[in-house]
Amino acid sequence: MRIVILTAVILNIALPLLAEDRHAVQIGSKKFTESVILGEVISHLLEEEGYQTEHHQQLGGTRILWNALLKGEIDAYPDYSGTLIYEILRQEDPMDMTGLRDTIEQMGIRMTDPLGFNNTYALGMRSEQARTGEYECISDLREHPELRFGFTNEFMDRGDGWPNLQKHYRLPQRSVRGLDHDLAYRGLEAGSIDVIDLYSTDAEISYYDIHILEDDLHYFPEYHAVFLFRESLLDQYPDLESILNRFAGDISEDQMIRMNAGVKLEGRSENSVAAEFVAAQLGTEIGTVDKSGWDRFLVHTREHLTLVSISLLAAIIIAIPLGMLAVRHPGPGQIILGVVGIIQTIPSLALLVFMIPLLGIGGPPAVVALFLYSLLPIVRNTYAGLHDIPAEIHESAIALGLPAGARLRLVELPLALRSILAV
Amino acid sequence: MITLQSIYKSYSGIAALKSVDLEIQPQQTTVLIGPSGCGKSTCLRLMVGLAPPDSGTVMILGEEVNSQTIGSLRSKLGYMIQDGGLFPHLDAEHNITIMARYLDWNPERIQQRVGSLLELTQFPRGALHRYPIQLSGGQRQRVSLMRALMLDPEILLMDEPLGALDPLIRAELQSDMRNIFQELGKTVVMVTHDMGEAAFLGDQIVLMREGEIVQKGSLQALTRHPENEFVHQFINAQRSPWQHLEDSLS
Repeated sequence: MRIVILTAVILNIALPLLAEDRHAVQIGSKKFTESVILGEVISHLLEEEGYQTEHHQQLGGTRILWNALLKGEIDAYPDYSGTLIYEILRQEDPMDMTGLRDTIEQMGIRMTDPLGFNNTYALGMRSEQARTGEYECISDLREHPELRFGFTNEFMDRGDGWPNLQKHYRLPQRSVRGLDHDLAYRGLEAGSIDVIDLYSTDAEISYYDIHILEDDLHYFPEYHAVFLFRESLLDQYPDLESILNRFAGDISEDQMIRMNAGVKLEGRSENSVAAEFVAAQLGTEIGTVDKSGWDRFLVHTREHLTLVSISLLAAIIIAIPLGMLAVRHPGPGQIILGVVGIIQTIPSLALLVFMIPLLGIGGPPAVVALFLYSLLPIVRNTYAGLHDIPAEIHESAIALGLPAGARLRLVELPLALRSILAV
Repeated sequence: MITLQSIYKSYSGIAALKSVDLEIQPQQTTVLIGPSGCGKSTCLRLMVGLAPPDSGTVMILGEEVNSQTIGSLRSKLGYMIQDGGLFPHLDAEHNITIMARYLDWNPERIQQRVGSLLELTQFPRGALHRYPIQLSGGQRQRVSLMRALMLDPEILLMDEPLGALDPLIRAELQSDMRNIFQELGKTVVMVTHDMGEAAFLGDQIVLMREGEIVQKGSLQALTRHPENEFVHQFINAQRSPWQHLEDSLS
């Protein structure tokens, strides 16, 4: 009975969260501020035109967003020409905008004209260090193998990232660390790294007084921001293409840096920064609700608890019987323990990447991943708990005349519970 | 009451019982005794169905013990082992009543039965809500005895029930148990390695060695007419403090 109530409570919390409004245009953004701002720009723009939208913020990296767009899990998201050419299409040679447009159109994806700014990759270091060491351009790094590099994980393995940059400039540095973009600026400021990758529209460039090393051998391609959307959307909303093109050419590099600074340096929300821009462009007023950090914390906590409750409940329902089976039948039991042990060794990121094509993005893959990871500890502890019950206790229960089911319910599981709950 | 017929039983190739024939008389206490590894505990485990014989048959109350019959037979058997085998997650009362509750006895009947068992075993009612770990060794055995007697079985099977107790508590429980056995008139089969205990409690003594019965009979029969030297030695092996005192005085 208690379990029934618990399940009802969990589902009551979970279902509204997991339900999506399928009539709304689904917008996505990557895991960095500028992408979220641009996602909010799309959102405000469409809503001003009378559309309903839903913005899935910070879904993941480029691959996840692109695949979600291809599969129709999202309808639109902002991206950059260079990223599409080198990261998505894996082109070796440059491609012009027309070529890019034609290529992705064959995949059912449309893109707007460039929004205006070119957010290219660049390498930067502290201005002071650049002055004293006389670093002007990237080639100057070649003479200083002792320099410590800190790059974002995406930059570390992108087709247009560090590996080819190193070859292109024949850079000798060995100390290259992968880290979060926001941490990279702090590390640079603290002096624990010397060179970072950055985006030319980052608000932090002037804030941290960073010198951009000139790309003297012209390695970095151009990254013109565009909005991508599914072609099939035009069947339903024919005017969408012209609406999304409203801001083509309107977002200058300065404009984008100001918006990024609004979020990262002034602590405003992406939503309100984007609303201000869209309202100014369209000459209207947009009311925004600036969610406080506390509100966001509560929302995410609730989401987190929901995901964990569902996955844990499912894992308990599956794993305890598996553990019991493993005790009763030692042969198949070793196979069960082996398989759940192997699942545990799969890195979580790999598991998610593997599952997103099957289950899409959002709640389901997270629940499945959490479920799979919960299996091993519960199965193993159930097994250990039951296996460690002393023989005389086990035999006493048999000799009393309790049948197998009653022994399990009245004696064995209660005794194993302490070990099972120790997960 | 209970008969073992041509029982052969081995554990991983090593013979534990070799062609054992034994008949347990009703309403008597039969004590199985012998050195470690003689097969006395194995006999008891065969009777309670914890291990099947390799060959031969075990009959209880006219029924052959096998996987079909053992379920219903167990309600007529009470089983008790060294240190009680109590369930550590249940308090004394729940240990005693677990089977009755499983069989859906009504609460009054359970209370009545527990009340008479408390009187019989002289167990303090106040300790009923203690967990096994909070009970003394002697109290644990009294709880275990009550659990074995709860369904009022015709037969009590006890494997070294007092083996883990210190001498004073052990002597006290021995006399209490003798009174209980006499009062209830149960058929009791008890395994022990203590000749004094066997002599005190047993109507019949079955002396075993290396998987075989060497001699069975009353204490007098074994003392007066030992079958062989081993019987004589085993009966007289236990040192008595009085014997020691006499030796040192002379």
